[in-house]
Amino acid sequence: MCLGIPGQIVAITDPARQMAMADISGVRRAVSLAPVATGPLEALVGSWCLIHVGFAMAVIDEAEAAATLEALRGLGEAQETLEAMAAGAAALEGTA
Amino acid sequence: MKYAEEFRDPKAARALLARIAAVTDEIGATAENPVHIMEICGGHTHAIFRYGLDKLTPPGVEFIHGPGCPVCVLPMARVDECIQLAERPGVIFTTFGDAMRVPGTSRSLMQAKADGCDIRMVYSPLDALELARRNPDREVVFFGLGFETTTPSTALSIQQAAREGLGNFSVFCNHILVPPPIKALLDDPHMILDGFVGPGHVSMVIGIHPYDFIARDYGKPIVVAGFEPLDLLQSVLMVLEQIRDGRAAVENQYARVVPEHGNPVSIAAMADVYEPRPSFEWRGLGEIDASGLRIRARYSAWDAEAKFGIGYAAGARVVPEQEGCACGQVMTGRIKPTACPMFGTGCTPEMPLGALMVSSEGACAAYYQYGGARAVEPAE
Amino acid sequence: MNKPHTPTRLRDTKVTLAHGGGGKAMRDLIEDVFTSVFVPDAMEDQARLTAGALAEPGARLAFTTDSFVVDPVEFPGGDIGTLAVCGTVNDLAVGGARPLWLSAAFIIEEGTEIALLRRVVASMAREAAAAGVRIVTGDTKVVGKGSADKLFVTTAGVGVIPPGRDLRAERVRPGDVAIVNGVLGDHGAAILAARGDMALSTDVLSDCQGLGHLMEAALAACPDIRAARDATRGGLASAVNEIATAAGVGIVLDEGALPLRAEVKGLCELLGLDPLYLANEGTLVLFAPADQAEAVLDAMRAAPGGAGSCIVGRVAEGPRGRVSMKTAFGGQRIVDMLVGEQLPRIC
Repeated sequence: MCLGIPGQIVAITDPARQMAMADISGVRRAVSLAPVATGPLEALVGSWCLIHVGFAMAVIDEAEAAATLEALRGLGEAQETLEAMAAGAAALEGTA
Repeated sequence: MKYAEEFRDPKAARALLARIAAVTDEIGATAENPVHIMEICGGHTHAIFRYGLDKLTPPGVEFIHGPGCPVCVLPMARVDECIQLAERPGVIFTTFGDAMRVPGTSRSLMQAKADGCDIRMVYSPLDALELARRNPDREVVFFGLGFETTTPSTALSIQQAAREGLGNFSVFCNHILVPPPIKALLDDPHMILDGFVGPGHVSMVIGIHPYDFIARDYGKPIVVAGFEPLDLLQSVLMVLEQIRDGRAAVENQYARVVPEHGNPVSIAAMADVYEPRPSFEWRGLGEIDASGLRIRARYSAWDAEAKFGIGYAAGARVVPEQEGCACGQVMTGRIKPTACPMFGTGCTPEMPLGALMVSSEGACAAYYQYGGARAVEPAE
Repeated sequence: MNKPHTPTRLRDTKVTLAHGGGGKAMRDLIEDVFTSVFVPDAMEDQARLTAGALAEPGARLAFTTDSFVVDPVEFPGGDIGTLAVCGTVNDLAVGGARPLWLSAAFIIEEGTEIALLRRVVASMAREAAAAGVRIVTGDTKVVGKGSADKLFVTTAGVGVIPPGRDLRAERVRPGDVAIVNGVLGDHGAAILAARGDMALSTDVLSDCQGLGHLMEAALAACPDIRAARDATRGGLASAVNEIATAAGVGIVLDEGALPLRAEVKGLCELLGLDPLYLANEGTLVLFAPADQAEAVLDAMRAAPGGAGSCIVGRVAEGPRGRVSMKTAFGGQRIVDMLVGEQLPRIC
């Protein structure tokens, strides 16, 4: 039961009910900020949240996302170098 | 899409797959003697098949598809009760689309709708609340189903209804919990699991510590994972590295979404509205202690069980599984979907016999739809 | 044209059962709302067609029919009238026929706004003119409240297939390429949002458009186009599955090459839908020999509705009757026919 996707909070629409408008790749949907409303609602405008069944369930931690991506990117670059070396070695041996 | 597309990069995937292959070799796992990794969450099962990860990982890694698909573990009796509620005059029965095709004893919600019941698919319990506001002369019942990811949304909706004094809204609560069935699986003497990929969105709510017992008491690694293909591959690698190093720990690959201690507001809302049932029936797994939630007495005005005298409130009825259906064995990882005698013949997505064929998260439907069963030959 | 009387402008604002009763009210409705716009040659009970094109030896008639029900009747990018004309024009065009004439039958629910009928009829006239077809005969019926949802439209279409053209699924063979004319799933996404059940809003418009000129352009560039389908209900996945089964070939789609709008992707991720199964109303998939792909693409891109044309897959020997997809990073999975209807899901 896990369909959750990132969306950006673009406006507060009903402060009394903690409702906001979220933008998910150009699709707009009213969502409840209740789970992430630990401070002033306005502070959440512009933030990226994980949306599940109409609720912002978590604010996405940009630093953690960047760290995970950085590690993955490093792996990807290392892999590219390896593949290039393998291709070069194969070419030298005439087995390409 | 931000925070999604970046985690689908093919170069990094190749790098992760190369490492996965290397660590699998170091462990000495082979097709004959594979490492068994259970992805608990049905969302992960779906992603594995959608991205073809099962065909990219080495044969020494075998995925066992876990019980984390709420529709798949829904007993037929619960579907029957949904239909009974929907048949009551004046009721608008609201549900996520997932439950529409699950077979009950004689029909599904989809068939009941065709028979004239007012059953409506909604995206959110908030939409059911809105229906209740707009239809004060009707009873709006929401089918509360799902794990800890979804439970806060119905808890918060019930709190909202209570604040507004919305008397014509109620929830038919069938929420269930992830840790109890995992414990039940680990206690099963037939089970040979070497590690777990943990459910990312459940953990976003409850944090990572509810899984401590898996590492501490059972010595199995678990890595909480995101849902993009790189998330999954990285998590599988992390599980394998723990196995290779002889470690067992709870690790968090999905830290961008999962805080160590979860979401305090959601946890508080769940505790305020729900309490554990002594026991709850899981399709294929039977009754599991303290694995389901019910609505606390102080919110009984919004509890469809109490309001309409149905479900566990009426003494839950147990309906035997369909003849020949091996969902239980598939669910516990004892057999692959294809080993079920009904797979693809008596049970297809068009005419599902068991729940695993209904939900797109169900192992059988995933096998059938994405060809786990019917090997894809090389294209060129 | 012999007009027996000068038509009076309808004063009613809503359709009543009287408009279906066969009397003056019905005549006024038909003349004021329908025939004043469609302008048939004569008010007879049948259209009489003269087809010079048919006289050509080897030319064949193509004949098709389709019924249209859509909720909502008017949606971003079109309405049931646009659909009714484009859908039937496209069914002719993808068979290599030049669409010529349409019939249109309307089942109208009592209480439907006459202004709505006028807008739908105007859409039909506009699309017919754009496609170069004429609406030559028609019918109206009025049914009681609740017996229909505002308006159902059935169109039938006749076209001529010039000599030598032979588009059939069976002609698709290994090595051919699959080409689409633009982004996928816009119609399905626009309708889903417009229906309002899920309380979502987007700026996506239905892709509803006639494909006759596009097909002519593609066929002019490559007369050997094997087959084409418009990817309507069931989306691209269903259209290519049909072809794979009929031709006894395998088709491999390339996930990375599928043209999708960000909004459509977002909607699909949100509701757990697969865009391959979302309906299109102005998107076709055609199969052409690989060595002529560039010529076909150039011609399509220069034609109306073809700017976004691209290759989305290739035909393989096998597995026969099976469609699969190369995922963006090298995995592979089966793309099956849709079971029933795609339902929004949360898990």
